[in-house]
Amino acid sequence: MKILMKSRAQQIGVVALLLALLAPLLLDSPSHLNLAILVLMAAQLGVAWNLLGGYAGQVSLGHAAFYGLGAYCSTLLLLNFGVNPWLGMLAGGALAAMASFAFGWSCFRLKGHYFAMATIAVAELLQIVFTNWEYAGSAVGVSIPFGQDSWAAMMFSGKKPFYCLALGLLLLTLAATWGIERSHLGYYFRAIKDEPDAARSLGINISRYKQIALSISAFFTAMGGSLYAQKELYIDPGSVLSTALSIKMALVSILGGVGTLLGPVVGAVVLTVIDELSRSLFGGTGRGTDTIIYAALIIAVAVFYPNGLVGWWRERRRVAAAKSKGAAQ
Amino acid sequence: MTIDILLQTLASGVLIGLIYALVAIGLTMIFGVMDIVNFAHGEFLMLGMYASFWMYALFALDPLFTLPLTVLALFAFGVLLYKTIIRRIIDAPMLSQIFTTFGLMFLLRGLAQFFWKPDFRSVENSVVTGTVKLFGLQLGRPQLVAGLGAVLVTAIIYFFLTRTKLGAALEATAADKEAARLMGIDSHKMFALAWGIAAACAGAAGALLSTFFPIFPEVGATFILLAFVVVNLGGFGSVTGAFIAGILIGVIEVMGGLLLGPQYKLAVVLALFLAVLMFRPQGLMGKA
Repeated sequence: MKILMKSRAQQIGVVALLLALLAPLLLDSPSHLNLAILVLMAAQLGVAWNLLGGYAGQVSLGHAAFYGLGAYCSTLLLLNFGVNPWLGMLAGGALAAMASFAFGWSCFRLKGHYFAMATIAVAELLQIVFTNWEYAGSAVGVSIPFGQDSWAAMMFSGKKPFYCLALGLLLLTLAATWGIERSHLGYYFRAIKDEPDAARSLGINISRYKQIALSISAFFTAMGGSLYAQKELYIDPGSVLSTALSIKMALVSILGGVGTLLGPVVGAVVLTVIDELSRSLFGGTGRGTDTIIYAALIIAVAVFYPNGLVGWWRERRRVAAAKSKGAAQ
Repeated sequence: MTIDILLQTLASGVLIGLIYALVAIGLTMIFGVMDIVNFAHGEFLMLGMYASFWMYALFALDPLFTLPLTVLALFAFGVLLYKTIIRRIIDAPMLSQIFTTFGLMFLLRGLAQFFWKPDFRSVENSVVTGTVKLFGLQLGRPQLVAGLGAVLVTAIIYFFLTRTKLGAALEATAADKEAARLMGIDSHKMFALAWGIAAACAGAAGALLSTFFPIFPEVGATFILLAFVVVNLGGFGSVTGAFIAGILIGVIEVMGGLLLGPQYKLAVVLALFLAVLMFRPQGLMGKA
C-alpha cells in the first residue's frame, strides 16, 4: 500500500474518488443512472483498447470483433446450454483471447495504417458471418428472455446492479492495466510503440508482446460485450459488431489520452455525455444533428488536441511549472 | 451454370470494377503524396451523387451532361478541405490523422442527412436506360456508359500524371517530398492538388453511378471498404495498380456473389484482402 498511496492528500483523493463513484447509486432517475452506466461501459472498453492501441501503439479499428464474440458467446451459451452468464462472460473472454491469435496472426505483420485497415476488414468479415449465421440469429439477432432478478443469473430489472457490475468491470480492467503498466510487460509495450527497432535489437520478441497486449485487450473487451448482452437482453450484429463501435472504443482513448491509465475514463465521460446529450436534444429529429456534433468534436480533438485531454492537461501543468520556476529564479 | 451467365457476370464485374478503380485512384493518390489515409473518401462519391441528383431534380439536367460541373465542384471541395482542415494535420501523429478523416466521414454523412434527409433517391429517367446487346451479352446501358466514362476519366488522370509538368511535380512530391521541395515544388500546392483530384475522381464516379445506383447519405460506406481493398491490392500510391486491381475486385465480387450468394459478396473480397495483406503487404503490384 505504501507505493499505492504516496501521501495523505492522495489517500484522501482516492477515498473521495471511490465515494464519487458510488454516488450515482443514490440517483433515482433511471435515465441518469443509465447515462452513468454507459459512461462506465465506454470507459472500460476504452481502457481495454488502450492496452493495445495506447501502450503498445497498435491502432486497432476492429475491436468490435472481440466485443461481439463476448456478447454472442455468453448469450448463445446461456440460451442453448443454460450456461450461467458469469461463466459465459469468462468463456467469452477466453474465446476472444483465443480468436485474437488469428486476428494478430493476420494483422501484426502490418504497420500503422495498414494494420488499422486490416483490423477493420477482420471485424467487417465477422459481422457478415454473424449476419448470415442462422444459429446465431442471423441479422435479426438473439434475445434473452427475462427470468427473475438474480445476482446468480446476472439478470436485473433495475439499473443499480448494472451500475455496480459496470463499475466492477471497469475497476478490474483498470487494475490489470495498472499492474501491466508497472511490470516488465508495460516497458516492453512502450518500447514496441516508441522504438521498435531498438526493442528488437535488445532481444525483445516484438510479435510475441504485441500478441500478449492484444490477447489481454481482447479478453477484457469481450467481457464488456457479455455485460452489454446481459444488460440489454438483446444483441444483433449491428449493435455489437459494427465498425462504428470499434471506432468509438478507440475514440474514447484518443480523446482522453492514449497510453495513460485514466485517459480513457476521462474520454468516456466527455464523449458519452456529449453523445447522449446531443442525441436526446436532436436525435429525435432524425436529421443526423447528433452525428454532426459528434463528428465535429472528433475533428476538433484530433486537430487541436492530438495528445488527448490528459496529454493537454499535463502539457499545461508542465508549462505552468516551468513558468513559476522561471519566475522564482 | 451456363457459360452465358458466367460471361454475363464477368462483364458486369468488369464494368463495376472500373468504377471501383476510379474511386480508388483518388485514395491512392492522397496516400501516395502525403501518407494520409482518407476515410472520408466514400463521402466524396456520395457528394458527387447528390450533386448529380440535385441538378437533375431541380433543373432536369442529366447526370452525364452535368458531370464536368460535378467534377469541378468536387475538385474545389477537395482543395477547400485540404486548406481548412487537412493542412493542420500533416505532421500530426497517425492517430490524429486517422481520426480527422474519420470525423470528416461522419460529418459529411451527418450533413447530408441533415440537408437532404436519409431517404433513398434515384435519377429516374436518365438519357441512358435499358440494355444493349453487345457480343451476345445483355448489358445495362447505364452500367456500360458508367464503365466507359470511368475509363475515360482514369485515362485523363493517367495522361495528366505522366505527360504534364504539373503531373510530374505531383509524382515527384509523392516520390520524395524533401527533394521535390528543394527543386522548387511547393508541397502544400501539391497536397491541395492531390486532394482536389482525389475528390474530383470520386465525384466523377458518383456522377456515373447516379444513373443506376440509389443515392443516400451512407452510400459511401461500401465503396470506401472496396476502395481500401483495391488500393492495398494495387499497391499504395500506384494509379496503374489501382486501375487493374479495381477491375479485379469488381470481377471477384460478382463472381463471389454468383457462387456463394449475394450476401457473401463483400466477405469474399475482404477475405481476399486479408490474404493479400498477409502474404504480400506491398500489394499484388507494389514493389517488394
